[in-house]
This record gives sequence, structure tokens and C-alpha cells, in this order.
Amino acid sequence: MCLAIPGQVVELIDADNQLATVDVVGVRRSVNVSLLADEDGGVAPGDWVLIHVGFALSRVDEDEARATLRLLAEMGEHYEQELEELKASAIE
Amino acid sequence: MRYVDEFRDAQLGQALAAEILAAADPGRPLKLMEICGGHTHSIYKYSLGDLLPASVELVHGPGCPVCVIPMGRVDDGIALARTDGLIFTCFGDMLRVPGSEQTLLDAKAQGADVRMVYSPLDALAIARNNPDREVVFFAIGFETTAPSTALTLRRAKAEGMANFTCMCNHVTIVPPLRALLESPDLRLDGFVGPGHVCTIVGTRLFEFIPADYGRPIVISGFEPLDILQSILMLVRQRQDGRCEVENQYTRVVPRDGNPRALEVMAEVFELRPHFEWRGLGSIPHSALGLSEAYREFDAEQRFDVPGVSVADPKACQCGEVLKGVIKPWECRVFGTACTPEHAIGTCMVSPEGACAAYYNYGRLAAPKQAV
Repeated sequence: MCLAIPGQVVELIDADNQLATVDVVGVRRSVNVSLLADEDGGVAPGDWVLIHVGFALSRVDEDEARATLRLLAEMGEHYEQELEELKASAIE
Repeated sequence: MRYVDEFRDAQLGQALAAEILAAADPGRPLKLMEICGGHTHSIYKYSLGDLLPASVELVHGPGCPVCVIPMGRVDDGIALARTDGLIFTCFGDMLRVPGSEQTLLDAKAQGADVRMVYSPLDALAIARNNPDREVVFFAIGFETTAPSTALTLRRAKAEGMANFTCMCNHVTIVPPLRALLESPDLRLDGFVGPGHVCTIVGTRLFEFIPADYGRPIVISGFEPLDILQSILMLVRQRQDGRCEVENQYTRVVPRDGNPRALEVMAEVFELRPHFEWRGLGSIPHSALGLSEAYREFDAEQRFDVPGVSVADPKACQCGEVLKGVIKPWECRVFGTACTPEHAIGTCMVSPEGACAAYYNYGRLAAPKQAV
């Protein structure tokens, strides 16, 4: 649970609950983006964000996101486990 | 240096190492603590310690949320999980943490309905889909994770969820650092600061370290190059006679943190008078409980939680590892009675724990000579 994984915002799906569909290495899941809500008008499709336990913690640029993904991929089993847990996530 | 070739820009890493060597004073050793377990993991995985001169020593800090949960809280969680009809949810990392007799995974094997969740919002969804059952979320984590629990509880309250509660074990990073800085056991010369925590609380929160204790801190990102650069910044502060908070991770961390996160935390939580930490004992005002406004969502209010306090296992030296007093391999049960498969201590359970990181990566290389 201690990892923060980069993902790319696909679309805002629930404005009231601040949920967005985010693509994390090909897996699309709902993520809460309310922590970034007022920042420059909130997140928009195409933005990269760091995701921790189903919440977007901060915005990052694409280079940073890709560098972090490379680093995570090198972690092996620990990262795979986190991705499996993310895949099982069904945030509404 | 086994792993150093694996990380990108290995040449940049070597260049930073050369700069650290040039800037470090061999006659004035520097003992630096990396606070965050994520940093500890990277340091062992990439053998960063091997790139440092003998006068720069890294010690590992208390910033692993799984590692600091005391056995009593695990026992309380297991007691709750055994409540008839109750669904107990927690992060996967908690399942193998040993209580005094069992883990949550053992309780699950014996029939308790323990479910691993990725997010507190998944726990809330389980409650929504099981309106006739009580659902408890066992919350752990430092300030990085606490806003997620707070936002989940705010939503539960807005929806009027009557069957969802939280057993709150959120902890705060400043009190254990103050305890370490005031401890006679250990003299630290500076800190590599926790990048993700600072996205929430900002760098401002750590200004007490130079102001009150005369030690520098550099907030660091998580790539090996980030960590080496942060160490170089600490060495340079010493060289220049400076002592301040510096931010190496400016691409993510603002000075003031995230105001929305701080606001929801202030609404949902209040400081507990004291909280027991694995290995560190009871520390005043070091953990978060639910505020008066959220008392109806407090599992410790709704259910009869035993509230047990259990001494740490005698053989286990997690406390000394968490305080940086000993290195993982200096613990008497490391790698023998205590392994990731059969852990006695929490530092061996969590991948961010210093013992698990050293067991998985470091022990394969020759141990570095102590400074």
C-alpha cells in the first residue's frame, strides 16, 4: 500500500464524487481525484497523476510518470502485487 | 554494487557518488537517516550504500506504516474480525503482520471474513453492497494515506452509511522523529525526508528539525538518483556550514502541501493523547483518532474492542532497527528465526521494512564495513 503509481486520466466520470477513470499501465480503474480538485481547475483527460490507495496524490509531468513506471517495473514482485490489488479495485 | 548497473543513468549515479566523495570530510563522519521505508527499499535494492564514502553512513528510520503497528492493535483487529457477521477489510500488507498469537490471515483461514482491499473506497463499496452486515476498515498509514481514509469517511457520512466504521491506526511522522532526536541512543547528523508525505503536509512541517535540533533535512524523491542527490545536498550543507530544509523533489512537493488534504484531515481526525508504536513505545500525540463529528464511524466506539497492550517479542529487535540503532543483520533473529516467510517482527513483513529489504537484496552482497 506504500507505493504511488503513475496513471493517466482518461475521463472524469462522477463530478459529485470526484471520480475519474485513470489508465495505469493499461488497466483502467476509478480513482478519486478530489485532492487535486481546485488546482488549475482540477484534472483533465491526458493529465498524469500519482495514485496511492485509490486517490490521486499529485500531478506529475509525463517524463516523471514514465521514469517512475520504469523504476516500479524494476521492483518486481512487490509492484506486481500492488497492480493485482489495483485490478481487484472496484471503487464506485 | 550488484544492482547499480540496473538503474537508469548508472553513469549519473557514479558521477553523483564522485561528487559526494569529493564533498565529504573523512574526518567528520555523517550519520544520515532516511525516514521513509520506500527510500530504505531503494537503498538496498540499488546498493546505494556501496556508492558512499566510509564517512557517510545511512541508518534506517521509522517511516514504514506496517512496521510500526504494535501487536496489541493487531490482536484488537483480529478480535474485531472474529465478530459474528462482520466483514473486516484492510490493505494486503497487514494480513501477515504477527499479533501475539496469530495474523489476520490465520484468522481468515479459521473462518473470519477478512478481505484485502486496495483502497478505503473499496471497503466503503463492500459496505454499500452488504447493507445487512457491519463492515470495518482497518486504517493504517502516515500522512500520505490518512487523507484517503478521511475522504472515504466524509463520503460515508454524506451517504448516511450506517454499517461502515473505521478502526483508525493512522500515525503522524513528527512525534517519532522528535523522540529519535531526543534519544540518547543515537546521534543523527541529518535526514533524507519523505517525499510522498510531503506532497500532503508540505516541507514546512519539517522546519522544526533545523530550527529546534540544528540538523538538516532534504526532502527526496524515490529514484536512486534522487536519493543520491539528496545525500549530496546534505553533505554540501555540512560543507557550507548550512542547516536547513531543502527540497530535492520539487517536481512533486510544494512547500505548503495539499490544502484540501489538510482540511479534510482536520475535519475527520483528532490527535490521540498517546499511541503505542512497535519498538518505540508510547508516544504522546503521535496518532490520529476520529473526531467528535465522526464518532459514529469509529469502530472502537461501536464495538467492544479489547484494547490490549502487548509487549514486543523479546527476541525481536525491530525497535532498535526502527530507531536506526542497529542494522537489520545485527538483530539476533535476523534471517534465522525471522524471515519474510515466518516473520517475528514487522520490519521483516513489509517490503518497505528495513529487514525485508536487506533480506531480499543486501544480504547477497558482502556486508559493508561499519563506519
